[in-house]
Amino acid sequence: MTKRFALGIFDDEDVLLHAIENIRAAGVKIHDVFSPYPVHGIDDALGIERSRLPIAAFFFGLTGLSFALWMQIYMLGFDWPMIIGGKPHIALPAFIPVSFEMTVLFCAHGMVITFFTISKLYPRWKVPVMDVRATDDKFVMAIELKDDASELSRLTQLLRENGASEVNEKEMTQK
Amino acid sequence: MQHVSPVREPLVTGGKTYHDITQDVCRQVEAKPNIRWMAALSVALFFLGIFFYSVYRTLWYGIGEWGLNKTVGWAWDITNFVWWVGIGHAGTLISAVLLLFRQKWRSSINRAAEAMTIFAVICAAMFPVLHMGRPWLAYWVFPFQNTFGSLWVNFNSPLLWDVFAISTYFSVSLVFWYIGLIPDFATIRDRAKGPIAKRAYALLSFGWKGSAKAWSRYETVSLILAGVATPLVLSVHTIVSMDFATSIVPGWHTTIFPPYFVAGAIFSGFAMVLTLMLITRVVFKLEDYITLEHIALMNKIMMITGSIVGVAYITEFFIAWYSQVEFEQYAFINRATGPYWWAYASMMTCNVITPQLVWFRRIRYSIPATFVLSIIVNIGMWFERFVIIVTSLHRDYLPSSWVMFSPTWVDIGIYVGTLGLFFTLFLLFAKFFPVVNMAEVKTILKYGVDNGPTYVGHHSHQVAPVHQPVAPAVPASAPVNYNKHD
Repeated sequence: MTKRFALGIFDDEDVLLHAIENIRAAGVKIHDVFSPYPVHGIDDALGIERSRLPIAAFFFGLTGLSFALWMQIYMLGFDWPMIIGGKPHIALPAFIPVSFEMTVLFCAHGMVITFFTISKLYPRWKVPVMDVRATDDKFVMAIELKDDASELSRLTQLLRENGASEVNEKEMTQK
Repeated sequence: MQHVSPVREPLVTGGKTYHDITQDVCRQVEAKPNIRWMAALSVALFFLGIFFYSVYRTLWYGIGEWGLNKTVGWAWDITNFVWWVGIGHAGTLISAVLLLFRQKWRSSINRAAEAMTIFAVICAAMFPVLHMGRPWLAYWVFPFQNTFGSLWVNFNSPLLWDVFAISTYFSVSLVFWYIGLIPDFATIRDRAKGPIAKRAYALLSFGWKGSAKAWSRYETVSLILAGVATPLVLSVHTIVSMDFATSIVPGWHTTIFPPYFVAGAIFSGFAMVLTLMLITRVVFKLEDYITLEHIALMNKIMMITGSIVGVAYITEFFIAWYSQVEFEQYAFINRATGPYWWAYASMMTCNVITPQLVWFRRIRYSIPATFVLSIIVNIGMWFERFVIIVTSLHRDYLPSSWVMFSPTWVDIGIYVGTLGLFFTLFLLFAKFFPVVNMAEVKTILKYGVDNGPTYVGHHSHQVAPVHQPVAPAVPASAPVNYNKHD
């Protein structure tokens, strides 16, 4: 499916943040904003909710900890108990290092895999982008064009008024 | 209307724009390899050849090719292992601990420092694996079942803790590093001209576009990874030190080891970061990003951790005397005055005395002095591990088994070979990957150059004035005197 977008190109993050606010206040829905670096305050301006990844990270860590404890207690305490250095079979203090490492391992990798999955990041040969300068020095605001040609000229004026240095039209094929 | 903050100094000098950062960092990725890089790579590959030959000798003829004997069963291999792992610690410290402490100057050095961590851990891992004698059975260190030919692994053993610590450390560092690389790969992809480069960097960039939602999640992930990597890095060298501290060998059996080893690791790591950065900034013309201020700050960290290490050396001696254990006392007297006194003297000079020169401002800000100092520290830290390991072992409880240790050429070959491996990986990284984190440096470009924030947040209900197409903010390029105290 092909969609058309109006792209407002901004040079400065402060101008961009003002523009986001004014354009949203004018009742225009912003499709997305692409920037070369994380702009602080953009989440609030765009109304992006706080990520719940930290909660996921906590539960991944908890899974790692439980798995490590189960593994060590089962293997040395039940499956094949041996006396090592006169210690009890289930020598919990000696299990702390491995439990800690497994907590970190599960937490880090679980969270990163979740991040890649929900952000749809995976290796691919071609990456269609709105504007190649968005990864260099420009801030690109994309607004989806739904109806006639007058919409583009209206948006162009709105974007220009709010400090966009140029406004372009772009067609994107989306799956 | 530009206002230069009187308190903070700019982290990036030279009046750069966002586009300049992209240009400066991408330059060497896009250019053809130059002759100096080729020459350096040839030298590194030569040493890598020595590594492979020494490894071949070790595997074909066995551990007997090394200089180990019945009394000194651990020597260069474990010394090199601890040395390399220690070097790696500075990378994580810069990328994780300094992120949590909001030390923004870390941004321009964290990429290369993290790369150093990963390559150093790869080099470190070679030694325990080769010392196994049969590295093809290395997977036996993981908890596999009895049917594989062994019982369950012993979870009470610090050597097993090490397996978990090092493998977790390596994989988490790698992921942390890669997440940071993704936006920069996207930058290179969007600039790439050739079809191969475009495809390759598209693949590496994981389809990153820089959308607001993705950046928001990216920042959350970075922060949490930093949060878990911080205790992780401390745990790794703590566990490495427990390889020694949980034994009953005099000279090893000390509770001071974990903090002492962690400080030493950061000490040697920062020395290696300095060595690499001083070369990188000149070769790739990054003097505006890795400034004298960065060098001075790293020198300070090196001096502080070096002093902690110095205090630990003295504490060990005091405790040996105070313990009234004859064997413990002898181990330390033998260390300082026995046949290995020269190793002990090198360690003391390189690690405790020379770093104190950093107290002088002129030395802290001097590039040649810092370069020499950083290499001296790494030599000193190698001797520290050698002193701890070999002098504690070579005269044990039974005087009839007292021996001296001398390395064979295979020992030496594997060690200099890992230096070749390290520099081969680092040179390839420096050529094909962005050595400075462009996205992060762009966020700190205005640091110390206050344009006065005009955005007041969406909670304020005042209607912001309609903006004129404002002239793009120009970063400071003025010949301003940044000296803070005037």
